[in-house]
Order: sequence, then structure tokens, then C-alpha cells
Amino acid sequence: MSFLDYFRTKRPTSAAVAKDRLQIIVAHERSHKGQPDYLPALQRDLLAVIRKYVPIDEDQISVSLDKAENCEVLELNVTLTSDSPAAAAMS
Amino acid sequence: MTEIIVVTSGKGGVGKTTTSAAVGTGLALKGHKTVIIDFDVGLRNLDLIMNCERRVVFDFVNVIKGESTLKQALIKDKRVENLYILPASQTRDKDALTVEGVQNILDELKTEFDYIVCDSPAGIEKGAIIAMYFADRAIVVTNPEISSVRDSDRILGILHSKTLRAEQGREPVQENLLLTRYDPERVEKGEMLSVQDVEEILAIPLLGVIPESKAVLRASNQGIPIIHDAESDAGQAYEDAVRRFLGENVEHRFLSAVKKGFFSRMFGGRQ
Ligand SMILES: Nc1ncnc2c1ncn2[C@@H]1O[C@H](COP(=O)(O)OP(=O)(O)OP(=O)(O)O)[C@@H](O)[C@H]1O
Ligand SMILES: [Mg+2]
Repeated sequence: MSFLDYFRTKRPTSAAVAKDRLQIIVAHERSHKGQPDYLPALQRDLLAVIRKYVPIDEDQISVSLDKAENCEVLELNVTLTSDSPAAAAMS
Repeated sequence: MTEIIVVTSGKGGVGKTTTSAAVGTGLALKGHKTVIIDFDVGLRNLDLIMNCERRVVFDFVNVIKGESTLKQALIKDKRVENLYILPASQTRDKDALTVEGVQNILDELKTEFDYIVCDSPAGIEKGAIIAMYFADRAIVVTNPEISSVRDSDRILGILHSKTLRAEQGREPVQENLLLTRYDPERVEKGEMLSVQDVEEILAIPLLGVIPESKAVLRASNQGIPIIHDAESDAGQAYEDAVRRFLGENVEHRFLSAVKKGFFSRMFGGRQ
């Protein structure tokens, strides 16, 4: 990037920033649509329990409710990174 | 066939009541027998915008409770033939509106009217949910502003799941976006979300764009629905929106800033 380019690259307008933020939050909220209200609290509790044994981050756990034919499936996903002790012990 | 239209938004103060009055009046002016119902129980305001506040005797809740007949509660508009208003109650009892009570009233209105316009309260509480529950079509009123757009998206989610049409698995409520208080000058400066931005995020068909206009306050001061002010930009924009609502193909106006001449810059100009 040349010296002049530095001055040419305009900062995004506030409307552009608003649009980006909206797209992210709306996508996030849509993915949680129709999920029962207790899921976030359940996820928090599960996180606390798992952390007693393995140190994990908030984004390594996800809880969701899916509707199958005539039953509902509560799905819990915990991803362990290669540097978490449990994953290390298994390999 | 009667159509039930809900005017909704989630966020408060974005122009639902202004829109309900304008669209309801517009439909009646086109010859359709129309009633506008104020669902904002406890915060009645449609009566002021329609200039019938001193003629309210009975209200929506009186009819639900059987304290008056529907005929007694309906107020006939003084300006427009075919136009009626059903005022909200000023009661603070949140449970005054019941699904069965509302259904009975709507069923009775359906035998008389072509269009039933439901002016929803703000929020996503009971009042707003009941206002949209029986809707065939929804006008989602949105301002080009971050929290209004987000709330509109939530409302769209609720329209998809919590309406009678959704529950019965019938064809979904037909949703339309009405972007109000739009200021093209600020959009061009990058200070305000553009109509394209909002359309892209909400992804529903655009019914119209109503510009930010001093004429709106002037109209509400006098209790004259803005659509009667055919001189004003906002009045014309609502007129266009009503025509689109009825299926006409009308080009969008007032989307770009008016170039101000020397004199209007000096003296403020019209509007
Ligand atoms: N296009 C416009 N230009 C300028 N002012 C407007 C416009 N539309 C609405 N307003 C103003 O915004 C304010 C709120 O409008 P209105 O009462 O219609 O909103 P609302 O969504 O019904 O509010 P609530 O959520 O409280 O019911 C009013 O003062 C009105 O005059
Ligand atoms: Mg209102």
C-alpha cells in the first residue's frame, strides 16, 4: 500500500457500521428463534459442570433443541481443543 | 372477503398509529369499507390522530365485556364515507383483551367491512401478540435505525410462529415493509441506513418509504390523517403505499435528497 493510499481509504460511514452490526445480531437471533427460553440458562449450568473437569470456553459448548418426527431431541455439543487436558489424555 | 391488516413494529414511536390512520383512511377513500381498531389498551391515541377523541363513548373493552354493542362503540369518521374507528379502552387492566373476545368482535366486523386495520401497541407483550394473531397481512413499520430494524426482525419471527395462520399451518401472513421517517439527505451522507440496507436485512417486500416530514406533526396537531394532505411529501408517499397495497404498480418516490436552490437554502424552503 502506497503512502497516498493510506489517505484514500475512507473510514466506513456510520450507516455502514450499523448495517454490519445489524447483519450479525439478526443472524444470531434468527438462529435462536423458536428455541425454549430455558436453553441459555441450561447452557450456562452445563458449562459450569463441565468446567469442573475440563477447562473450556463458552464458544466450545452449544445446546439446541431439534424437532424430529414425533419427539424432541435436546442436543449438547462440547468441542474439546487439542490442548485441553481431556483431549490430550485421549490421544 | 374481509382482510385483517396488522400495523406492527416491536419498537415504540416509529409511526404505527400515523400509518394505521393514513392507510385506513386511504383504503376508505378508495371506496373500501374500512374500520381501524386501536389495540393500544391503556394508551389510546388513534382517536386523537383521527380527530374523534370527544366522540368516544364506548370502547373495545366495553364490547368484549358485553357492556355495549359493537354498533354503539364504532365511531363513524366525519370526513370519509365508509370509515369507522373502534377506540381502545383506557383501562390499566392488562388482561382486558382476550383472544376469544377479539375473535368475536372481528367475526362480527367481517360481516360488514372489507378491511380491518389493527393498530398494534409497541412491544412483544400480550397486546401486540393479540393485535397480530388474526392477521392476514402485516405492515411492518420500521425506522432506518438500528434498534428499530432489529425489533422488526423479531416481530417477523413472531408473525411466523405465533399467529393463527402459523398455528393452523395455513399460508403465512403476507408481510410488507414500510420504512418511515426516512431522510435521504442523511442517507446520502452515510449517516442513516438506506432503504436497500433495510430491505437486505429484513428481506420482505417493500410497501413504501415515508420521508421524515414536518407535515406529519402538523397533521396530528389538527387530527387530520396525513394522507389528506395531498400537498405534502409524506401524504403522497402514503397515498402511493395504499395503491401498492391494493396491487397497483407505483414507482417509489422521495428516495433521494432534493437539491436545494439558493433561496430555499437562505429561507428554509417548503416543508
Ligand atoms: N414520517 C414522519 N415524519 C415525521 N414525524 C413522524 C413521521 N411518522 C411519525 N412521526 C412522528 O413520530 C411520533 C410517533 O408516531 P406514532 O404515534 O404514529 O408512532 P407509534 O408507532 O404509533 O407509537 P407507539 O409505539 O407509542 O404506539 C409522532 O410524534 C409522529 O408525529
Ligand atoms: Mg401508536
